[in-house]
Amino acid sequence: MSKGRYGVHGGQYIPETLMNEIINLEKQYEHYKNNPEFIDEFNTLLAEYAGRPSLLYYAERMTNDLGGAKIYLKREDLNHTGSHKINNALGQCLLARKMGKTRVIAETGAGQHGVATATAAAFLGLECEIFMGREDTERQALNCFRMELLGAKVHPVDSGTKTLKDAVNETMREWVSRVNDTHYVLGSVMGPHPFPMIVRDFQSVISMEARKQILEKEGKLPDAVVACVGGGSNAMGMFYNFIDDKEVKLIGCEAAGLGVDTDKHAATISRGRPGVFHGMKSYFCQDENGQIAPVYSISAGLDYPGIGPEHSYLHDTGRAQYVPVTDNEAVSAFEYLARKEGIICAIESAHAVAHVIKMAPTMPKDSIIIVCLSGRGDKDVAAIARYRGVDIFE
Amino acid sequence: MSNIYKAFKNGKAFIGFLTGGDPSIEKTEEYILDMVRGGADIIEIGIPFSDPIAEGPVIQEANIRALKAGCTPERLFDMVGRIRLKTQVPIVFLTYLNPVFNYGYDKFFARCQSTGVDGIIIPDMPFEERGELSKTAESCGVDLISLIAPTSDDRIKQIAKEASGYVYVVSSMGVTGMRSEIKTDIKSIVDSIKSYTDVPAAVGFGINTPEQAAAIVGYSDGIIVGSAIVKIIEKYGADAGQYVYEYVKSMKDAIIN
Repeated sequence: MSKGRYGVHGGQYIPETLMNEIINLEKQYEHYKNNPEFIDEFNTLLAEYAGRPSLLYYAERMTNDLGGAKIYLKREDLNHTGSHKINNALGQCLLARKMGKTRVIAETGAGQHGVATATAAAFLGLECEIFMGREDTERQALNCFRMELLGAKVHPVDSGTKTLKDAVNETMREWVSRVNDTHYVLGSVMGPHPFPMIVRDFQSVISMEARKQILEKEGKLPDAVVACVGGGSNAMGMFYNFIDDKEVKLIGCEAAGLGVDTDKHAATISRGRPGVFHGMKSYFCQDENGQIAPVYSISAGLDYPGIGPEHSYLHDTGRAQYVPVTDNEAVSAFEYLARKEGIICAIESAHAVAHVIKMAPTMPKDSIIIVCLSGRGDKDVAAIARYRGVDIFE
Repeated sequence: MSNIYKAFKNGKAFIGFLTGGDPSIEKTEEYILDMVRGGADIIEIGIPFSDPIAEGPVIQEANIRALKAGCTPERLFDMVGRIRLKTQVPIVFLTYLNPVFNYGYDKFFARCQSTGVDGIIIPDMPFEERGELSKTAESCGVDLISLIAPTSDDRIKQIAKEASGYVYVVSSMGVTGMRSEIKTDIKSIVDSIKSYTDVPAAVGFGINTPEQAAAIVGYSDGIIVGSAIVKIIEKYGADAGQYVYEYVKSMKDAIIN
C-alpha cells in the first residue's frame, strides 16, 4: 500500500501529471518541517501576524445556564481573518514560497479558507486565485469581496452542484494545467498525501495550545473536546494533541442539514461509505453506483460529501465519535451563543456548539468540555436573518 | 498476446473515445459500431462519473448527460456483452476509481472478463496505487493501461516497465479537450518509453485534426481522440452516427497515409 495511510484510508489517488509535484511537495515539507529557520518563521507569523495563541475562554454564562460540564471555547474566531484557516494558509504559503512558487490557488466553501489564503498570499507576495462554487459566491458574497480586496482573483465555479466539492474539482483541474509555478493550498485535512498530514500539522497548534491552557487553568485534561467537521481541519487540529490522552473524548459534529433521514445533508460518517475521491480513500456520501452525492448544509464550509482520511481512521478505530447536527440546531446554537456569551460564531462552529448544548447538561459539574470555535460569524449574519425570514442586504 | 496488443500489429492505431450512455446506451452501442466501421482499432468507453476531475468541459458535460439518462456500470457491461456479438474490436473502459471500488474489484474485473472488456484506464490511479487492483485485473485478462504525462520525467521507467495493453501518453498539461496546438515534446517522451518497453505508446489529450494525427503517428504507435468525438455527439445527439463515422474515417485515413 502506498504512502500517507490512516488504516485503509488516505493514499494518493491523483492523475499522473501531478505525481512528481506531490512527491516534491512531500520532500520539501519533510525538509522544512524540521528546519529551525522555517519553524521560527512560521511561529513568528502565527504570533505576530495571526495573533496566536488564541484564547481559551471559560464560557461561564453558558456553563451556568446548561447546568452541567464546564464549557471552554477555543477562540479561533479571534485569529486574524476570523478563523482557524489562517494557520494552514500561512504555513502552506510560506512553504510555497520556500519551494520557489510564485502563485497559489485554493478552493473555498464558506470563503474563510479563500480569505485566509488571499491574506497570506498578499502578505508573502504571491499571486493568488480562488475557486468558489457559484452558489457559495452568492451565499457568502461578503467573503468573496474580501478576497478581491486582498488582491485575489475569484473564479465562480459553475460545474456540478456549484459548491465546495466542485470548487475542489476545478482547483485540481487548474493545478494539472499549471503546476510548475503554482502551489495548491488545500484548505482541509483531505486530498492526496501529503496534504492531510501537512494541514493537520499546521492546524495542530490549536490543540497544542488548548492542552497547555486547560492544564494551566484547571490542572487537568478535559473530558471531551468538540469540533465541527466538514473536511475536518479545525477538528483535526483540535483533536490531534489529545489523541494519546485516551480519557479525553473526541467528538466531531457533521452537518445533518434538514436531517440524516432526508436527502438534504452532508453527514459523511453517519450516511457515507468508503470510497475514493479527491485524491484519497475515505468515507463519502455517494449513491449505489459510486457517484458522489449532492450534499446540503446551511453552512457552506461543511457542505462537502467527504471527510479527511485521518477522521475516517479515528472513526473506524472508535477513538473519535462523529455526530450529526441539523441546520435548525446549528442556527439555534448560533443565536444562543450570541445572547448568552455575546459571541457571534461562524455557522460551521455553531454545529459544535449545538452538540455541546445537548451534552453538557448530561455531564457532572466538575467535568470539562472544550469546543473549538473555529470562526467568527459576521459572514453568516445575512444568511441567519434569511433563515429566520428577515431579508437584509449584506 | 492481448487483444489490445494485436490492434497495433496492422500499423498505426486509431483509438476512439466516447462517454458511455451519452445520449443513451442504445446510441452508444450504435456509435461504437460506426467508429469501428470508420476504422477505429480500439474503442475507449468512458464510464460516466459525477466528478471527472481529469476532464475538460466537453467530456464533463457528456458525463452529466449520460448520468441523467441513467447510465450505470452494470448497463455498460450488458452493452459490451451485446457488442461482442457483432465485433471483436478491443474495448477499454475509462473510469475514475470510485465506481470500480464501489462495484468491488473482484466482481468488476470478473464482469470485464465475462462480457469482453479488454482493458481499463483509471486517470485517478497513479503507479503508486495500482497494486491494489493490478493482480485482480491481470488474473481476469484485463490490461491495466498506464498514463505517462509531460511531467513524468524520472517516473517513465517504472511506469513503462509495468505497462500492459498500451501506454497512454498525455500530450499536454491540464484536462482533456481539443487544443489547436500541442507544445509538449512528445517525441522525446515516446522515445524514452520505447527504451524501456515494447508495449505500444498511443498519444491522447487535445488531438482533433487529421494534420495533428498524421504528425503524431510519425513518432508514436497511435492516437487517442475523445473530446472531438464527444463534441460531435453533443451536437447531433441521437443522429450523430454518420458524422461520427465520417470523422473517424478522416482521422484513420490521415494516419495510414
